[in-house]
Amino acid sequence: MAEMWINMGPQHPMTHGLWNLRIKVDGETIVDAEPEVGYLHRGIEKLCEDRTYTQIIPIADRLCYGASLAWSHLYCMTVEDLMGIEVPERAEYIRVAALEMQRIASHLMWLAAYAADLGAMIGFIYSMRDREVFIDILQALSGSRITYNFPRIGGVAHDVYPTFERDTLRACGYMEKKLKEYEDLYEGSKVFMMRNEGVGVLKKQDAMNLGVTGPSLRASGVKYDIRKDMPYSVYPEIDFEPATHPDCDCYSRFKVRMDEMYQSCRIIRQAVAKMPKGKWRVLAPRNGPVGTGIGRVEDPRGEGMMYVVGNGTDRPYRLKIRSPIFVSVSAAPKMLIGYKVADVVAIMGGLDMCIGETDR
Amino acid sequence: MNLFEFCFGIIHWLVDLVNHLWYWLGDHLPWVFGDFFDWAGDLARSHGNIAFFAIMAEVVIMVVIALVNVLNFIWIDRKWMGRMFDFYGPYYVGYRIGGWLQNLADGIKLFVKEIITPTKVDKIGFLLGPVIFVASSVLALATIQFSPRFGVFTNGIDTGVSASLLIAFAFFAIAPFAILVMGWSSNNKYTLIGGLRSAAQMMSYEIPMLLCVASVFLLAGDFSFMGVVSAQHDVWFAIPLVIGFFVFLTCMVAEVEIQPFDLPEAEAELVEGWTTEYPGFRFGLFMMTSYMRGYIGGALVTALFLGGWQGPALIPDEFWFLIKAYLVFLVIEWMRWSNMRVRVDQLLNIGWKRLMPLAVLNLLIAVALKTMGWF
Repeated sequence: MAEMWINMGPQHPMTHGLWNLRIKVDGETIVDAEPEVGYLHRGIEKLCEDRTYTQIIPIADRLCYGASLAWSHLYCMTVEDLMGIEVPERAEYIRVAALEMQRIASHLMWLAAYAADLGAMIGFIYSMRDREVFIDILQALSGSRITYNFPRIGGVAHDVYPTFERDTLRACGYMEKKLKEYEDLYEGSKVFMMRNEGVGVLKKQDAMNLGVTGPSLRASGVKYDIRKDMPYSVYPEIDFEPATHPDCDCYSRFKVRMDEMYQSCRIIRQAVAKMPKGKWRVLAPRNGPVGTGIGRVEDPRGEGMMYVVGNGTDRPYRLKIRSPIFVSVSAAPKMLIGYKVADVVAIMGGLDMCIGETDR
Repeated sequence: MNLFEFCFGIIHWLVDLVNHLWYWLGDHLPWVFGDFFDWAGDLARSHGNIAFFAIMAEVVIMVVIALVNVLNFIWIDRKWMGRMFDFYGPYYVGYRIGGWLQNLADGIKLFVKEIITPTKVDKIGFLLGPVIFVASSVLALATIQFSPRFGVFTNGIDTGVSASLLIAFAFFAIAPFAILVMGWSSNNKYTLIGGLRSAAQMMSYEIPMLLCVASVFLLAGDFSFMGVVSAQHDVWFAIPLVIGFFVFLTCMVAEVEIQPFDLPEAEAELVEGWTTEYPGFRFGLFMMTSYMRGYIGGALVTALFLGGWQGPALIPDEFWFLIKAYLVFLVIEWMRWSNMRVRVDQLLNIGWKRLMPLAVLNLLIAVALKTMGWF
């Protein structure tokens, strides 16, 4: 059959969000691919220049619907770096516990979308059901379910609620039990392994050259996790192991995310146990100094980075956001070429696309 | 009394009722017309004419019963899916009968939607495709025989038409042609790929399926529902031909295009496959037809391998047949909701490299059993 270009997107069930993947197929085999992003550009970086430092926190929440807490935390971290604020230790532990819960919720949402892409609606329903457990805790903690607006410059908005420790430990126990169930459901399924093993191979060297970060990079066998390599918050005091897997394929990406959820449960348990008494917030000055601040975090999808320039007023002069997926998606042609049309969903699903942060 | 005799009696009674008036008119009109009226009345009363209309009535009855069953199937599928997925399934529409009316509500919703025909489609193929697809499936539906006395292929003279199962398979195999036509004429890349996938899938799964059917025919020595089912009086064919049973079930899932093998309409990669350009009630028809084909699949598995309508005489034969068909359907749905979708090359590999040798092996077993004189 003659080669033809197919637009997968902007409105296509494969694209979780609003982006376009143009693929050139020869029969069912992909010979070329070209991701196009930018459909959801909201000008967030420019919006931030016209808001005070405090007003930007909810905007940072809107960067990603799956992991909004990670982004507002990153923003607060960056501005604390600019202002030179020391965050109370209790606030840091609350942040870490909330961040890891957000990471589990985000990975569960990825798993739901991934299973639905591969045709297992049962995985979608189960993941969404279990995500609810963590969303409920975050809701009790912050008051909302998707965009939490919880971190503040110099701490968190308020202290944990009275039964936080009990709920969290219970949720972790529940999650660890369910993760075993997921492994039975997916790895026990011959069809799932057929669809994932050896598909979408991204070699270690390619992954590093293309700037892929996060679970996708660790799935290529690179042990690079900002929580370990450039520790922030109280991660140095917590014992955990970044999950890696050497296979470089879709199964490897699946496995890394599953292992990360185990690790997140470990981190949450430790953070809750070590949480000291004390203040959870210090007041930040209204005006930032002249200077720059930088923050790097391990977002559920990769390395998130923000760079802020202050000019002495109450608004930032410039805020630059580095999105992990914006960089990772450029690896799409490397991963896609040579595989079938049906593998597009597995490969691009394995990247965990989030268009809000990609297009900003 | 079988279904044919029942329909024959009813049609006969109706014709007689009309003929009373007809003959009375003939008696009271001038002789030129009167003779014509007598002649027409006699023709209407002839055995051949009444038999023809009786068969028409049979088909209508079978299709209506089958369609009610299909509605039931959709409801069962949704409830069963709900139980597996940790939710209730249909609940509010028809609250007192377990949400059974949800199907009708969905049908009405689809019915009032606008029917859009895109401007650049090939009109003939686009409009004729659904007709062929639905009509062939309905015809296959009408051939299903529930019991010796209940089915289209019963008539007064002997117990059944000799090739009724072959006819059912022939009707069942028309669908991929219609799907290919629809996929091509929709003028859309996704529908085209969906249609071609469907053709490849049907081609490669039809052969092992018919080999399994051939092994059953070999053991039964007959091509009809009656012959095959009565040959399973002592032992169901699922026991000696256990390989064939599973191969046939797998092929049937592929033929019906449901979950592990639903590549032609894989919604994640091909939007909706070959149904992408068909909105509104046409989509509703496709959805109903896919369940219809699931039902035909269950019925064929029952007739070929699970002893058809045979069972302890506690309940009528027809109900035994339906219960078995429903159970097969539930197993198929179970596979559907707990499996992922295979890729197209893997699908063809499964078809040609796994199922085909197994089907041949099954045929050899059937030949061996026949030569040993055990069947």
